[in-house]
Amino acid sequence: MILVYIESQNGKIKKSSLEAISFGQQLKTLTGLELGLLASQTTDTAVLADMNVRSLAEQQLDSQDPVTVAQFIAAAFNECGASHLVLSGNSLGKAVAGVIAAKLKAALLSGVKEVLQHNGKICFKKSVFSGKANAIYSIPGSKAVISIMPNSVAIVRGGATQIEKKNLNIALTGGKYKINSLDLQSGKTPLTEAEVVVSAGRGMKDPSNWGMIEELADLLGATTACSRPVADIGWRPHHEHVGQTGIAIRPNVYIAIGISGAIQHLAGVNSSRKIIVINKDPEAPFFKAADYGVVGDLFDVVPKLNAAIKKSKSENS
Amino acid sequence: MEFLVCISKTPDTTAKIAFDAGLTKFVEEGVSFILNPYDEWYALVRAVELKEKLGGKVSVVHVGEAGSDQMIRKALAIGADQAFRIDCKPKDSYDVAQQIAEFCKGKSFELIFLGKETIDHNGSEVGAMLAGLLDLPFVSYCNKLEVEADKINVSREVEGGVELSTVSMPCVVSAAKGLAEQRIPNMKGIMESKNKPLEVLSPVNTEATIVLEQFELPPAKTGAKMIAPDDIDGLVNVLKNDLKLF
Repeated sequence: MILVYIESQNGKIKKSSLEAISFGQQLKTLTGLELGLLASQTTDTAVLADMNVRSLAEQQLDSQDPVTVAQFIAAAFNECGASHLVLSGNSLGKAVAGVIAAKLKAALLSGVKEVLQHNGKICFKKSVFSGKANAIYSIPGSKAVISIMPNSVAIVRGGATQIEKKNLNIALTGGKYKINSLDLQSGKTPLTEAEVVVSAGRGMKDPSNWGMIEELADLLGATTACSRPVADIGWRPHHEHVGQTGIAIRPNVYIAIGISGAIQHLAGVNSSRKIIVINKDPEAPFFKAADYGVVGDLFDVVPKLNAAIKKSKSENS
Repeated sequence: MEFLVCISKTPDTTAKIAFDAGLTKFVEEGVSFILNPYDEWYALVRAVELKEKLGGKVSVVHVGEAGSDQMIRKALAIGADQAFRIDCKPKDSYDVAQQIAEFCKGKSFELIFLGKETIDHNGSEVGAMLAGLLDLPFVSYCNKLEVEADKINVSREVEGGVELSTVSMPCVVSAAKGLAEQRIPNMKGIMESKNKPLEVLSPVNTEATIVLEQFELPPAKTGAKMIAPDDIDGLVNVLKNDLKLF
């Protein structure tokens, strides 16, 4: 059985969990195994109405800390008689997938973006060398933990759902990891989940110039990001820093403004599906990684672009 | 306090990534290997800082062959007191975790550090597996850490925010940017590193849990479609009609 672990936030199942379910469905098609869901909190299943899922095992845990959650998932895996665990490779997934694999003596593949048939075997593809290559792996054993790279699996709907809920009652020890506070920025899509990202760098010259970047992001429903130097000198908050040492992202569209495209920056964004680069230096290395390029002064191009998008939107409405 | 830092070797960030004709082997010729930056800059330096403040000893452990010894000496030059190398070419990250877990048996490390990931496989796997094998709490992507009695107060970045937690020691911590500032080894450290102990240990038998079938290189970009800076309508057209952003 394929067990897919799902998370909710503010009562809603997370997008990254819907991706994990869709991945689980593909694995189910290839293996013929049954698929069931697992949650460590009471879950509103309304959003799953057309995702062809039939069972959900859940238990409201006292603490959602990663140590308790890992212990819970490993025990539930055994109790459900599962062979494969699928979960998002988000910050919780990174904290628990390896722990669970070790406890279950299962193979671990993390950051998987695709399941496929290869040489007659069911294989899993993931990015390696910081996005510069892919690797395809098979799993010789019977048990596996697979974490999914956020934003890499399309959410597939279809097939009515009649979910049967089962309550688990697993005894957990807990107490070694206490979350004191979780400070989330409200209203913004986290960078790792964002479909469109507008990012800016040193070419902005001064932090007070970021208004136009935020405006463009608002117009496109995008999340803002930045390069390392501007986070390091405090022009932008650290959590916006994408690149090798910051966050690695793979949005559908990445718009880089005033960023030269050093190899360390590219390592964090080169898996983006489409890249648009706006830079006044025609020799900026970023243009080699771009799908669309504008060689021009951002202080000229971006305000005009914002005005033109507003005009185009108003004409449509 | 007893600190352990697990260090690994990776190709340099700027290394050209190439594979053999069968696409199953990474071509190492001409590639320079370095101490994994997350292990060096953040994990090792934070352990050394804590030792300097609280006293104790920093050990480093590496799973790899003799070619890694120079890199291990660098960790000693930065401030580790002693090093261990488990002499084998690891099969996968589970193998690395098992070798280190075996090494830890009978020892009393209170804080085990490693980088949040290696820059070659980007798996973020070994730390979590090590914690699972040793049955210890695991703190991933830690960007601040202070010791308070038998616990640590940590901060870690999660999607769209920050989590602050208190975790019991012993535990395993994977280090992200912010945990410490990179240190360049000074001449004194380099001289001392030559006389610090580096013990070579035999590996335990393990079996591979995953099999690499093939590498592939992503299709090369065919060149960007260039839009003139005064062609704002052309740019709007790309955003609206090609990429369907609004």
